[in-house]
Amino acid sequence: MNRFTMQRRIAIALLSALSVGGVLILLDGHNPFEAYKVLFLESFLNYWGFSNTLVKASPMLLAGLAVIIPMRAGVFNIGGEGQIYIGGLFGAVFALAIPNLPGILGVPLIFIAAAAGGAFWAAIPAYLKAYRGTNEVIVTLLMNFIAIHIVSYAVAGPLLAEGAPYPYSEEVSDAYRLPILMPQSDTHAGFVFGLGMTIILYFWLRFTPSGFQLDLVGRNARAAAYAGVDQKKTIIRAMLIGGSLAGLAGAIEVIGLKYRLFHLFSDGYGYDGIVVAFLAALNPIVAPLTALFLAGLSAGAGTMQRAVGVDSSVIEVVEGLVVVFVAAALVTPRTTSISILKLLAKNLRLRRQTQRRKKEA
Amino acid sequence: MIDLVLLGDVLAGTARLGTPIAFAALGGVIAERGGLYNIGLEGQILAGALGAAAGSFATGSAMIGLGCGIICGLISGLLLGYMSIRLRINQLVGGIALNLLLAGLTAFLSRQIFGAQAGGARVNGFSQINIPFLSDLPVVGPSLFSQDPLFYLLIGLAIAAWFWLMKSHKGLDLRAVGENPKAADLAGVPVFRMQYLAIAVSGALAALAGVQLVLSQVYVFAEGMSAGKGFIALAAIILGRWSPIGAICAALFFGFCDAVQFKLQFTSPEIPYQLFLILPYLASLVALVVLGAKASAPASVGLPYDREHR
Repeated sequence: MNRFTMQRRIAIALLSALSVGGVLILLDGHNPFEAYKVLFLESFLNYWGFSNTLVKASPMLLAGLAVIIPMRAGVFNIGGEGQIYIGGLFGAVFALAIPNLPGILGVPLIFIAAAAGGAFWAAIPAYLKAYRGTNEVIVTLLMNFIAIHIVSYAVAGPLLAEGAPYPYSEEVSDAYRLPILMPQSDTHAGFVFGLGMTIILYFWLRFTPSGFQLDLVGRNARAAAYAGVDQKKTIIRAMLIGGSLAGLAGAIEVIGLKYRLFHLFSDGYGYDGIVVAFLAALNPIVAPLTALFLAGLSAGAGTMQRAVGVDSSVIEVVEGLVVVFVAAALVTPRTTSISILKLLAKNLRLRRQTQRRKKEA
Repeated sequence: MIDLVLLGDVLAGTARLGTPIAFAALGGVIAERGGLYNIGLEGQILAGALGAAAGSFATGSAMIGLGCGIICGLISGLLLGYMSIRLRINQLVGGIALNLLLAGLTAFLSRQIFGAQAGGARVNGFSQINIPFLSDLPVVGPSLFSQDPLFYLLIGLAIAAWFWLMKSHKGLDLRAVGENPKAADLAGVPVFRMQYLAIAVSGALAALAGVQLVLSQVYVFAEGMSAGKGFIALAAIILGRWSPIGAICAALFFGFCDAVQFKLQFTSPEIPYQLFLILPYLASLVALVVLGAKASAPASVGLPYDREHR
């Protein structure tokens, strides 16, 4: 499947998902065009709405990259959510333990701490996968729950802020807060940071031997072994990078948006990352677009409900349908109507040729 | 004496909190034994819950609610089956998509059916059944033998599933499909039909978890009421070593830990209750590492079967 057909198919899938959602909006007694217009105008062209979209897209983008990199090596990282939590925890603990550094030094150190936390959380399933063949899907899934409960314990116990009405930590100092990009909004530098990571990872995968090894192991492990690539090391490297990226997503939530560590601070961003990665067809350079698209949908859903009265749950349905339709469009090359037509045409041509030959004979 | 009361409370809590996880885990075992991951358990619980609430709301009969819930589960299972078997979508992505889809769809439909009023509409459910003599026993009587009918249904289904999967010819066929679909196909087992059957049954069992939540616990449908139980069930499958009885025991262990942490939050706030929330996951993880997953996980789980591939 060449790139053009793939993009066309994704576009058709997106349109189909939006159409089915449109039918639901119609059933709900509203005009689907009006609803979608409000949704997309609000989440992409309105100053506050777009700011909201960017805030949601930042962790989604990093979480998406955290799925893409391991997946390129054939490892399914379902553990983004847990890595976000542990990354956020490490970042917050560092920020609260050493509160007096200048921001120019403190913020990178917080990022390093968070990346180390995420990488640590990913190292366990990576080791088990590489050296013991344990299924990484199961291990990362289990570790998500453990991470969420560890953070829940931390913010309800040792890190609990004085006089807090519900579990959260003290605020991180002003110097550590990520700069706000759009004045008077919540839009922090997280998305720009994610874009930077995207570009680095894109070039790494595309132009360096170690990046190429990832694809080699992911696509054909046996060929990689013949070429002398250390499969175990590659898997572990991919997972450590993935875990670090998710850990960074945790850090930007803490020092970019909430300024505290909260109980349940990540709203399923790790799982959104899987969808982001998947819609981007595992290409990092496309991930910012798919993250923006998903973030825009969920940011705009609330506005749509308030402005038009359409139930915001319709948008969740659309998100699910987008994944189903895109998945279907990408994996079944043989069953599309266009390819069937092509096949028929080819058959006809062959039949005519044989008939002509018979006549000539 | 106090301790016995506490024990009885915890046992009753174990049964109440463990039953929905156990239904979903049983469904997951059937699907995985047939070579299919069912990550969509979470969504299917919601489908079952909505079906049960709508059925009981419309007719006033809990039995019809039960039927509607099972039908919703069957449909959602077949939908996932279509994605996994026919379209050969990555089964994890398909399951996540189904969860998104059903979370949205059930929320949307519930507002259409019950209106937008807060708290939702109360529906008729099941009441507890006291088993003669046994329910008069101290401690275990009131906690284990005065449960709602769905708890007894769970026990029955667990035994039936074990017998079908492990002792019947069809069950052997299904397990063969999960281990090596090519070999099963060559031996004349209808691979795709068996997989559709497994995923449909799996969806129906997961739906029973939702039915139990609505008709035996809270008597109302709430958005997102599955609250991660479908994912916990996935862990219970692992801890239960992919066996129906094992999965049920593991699910009840999850329920037990949950019941203990609830009690602890009230009786001894100085002990971090999160320990008991982490415990079952940690146990699953340790079981996976120490015992190894290869010995008991079906060999071909998660790999779509394509006849034309070698």
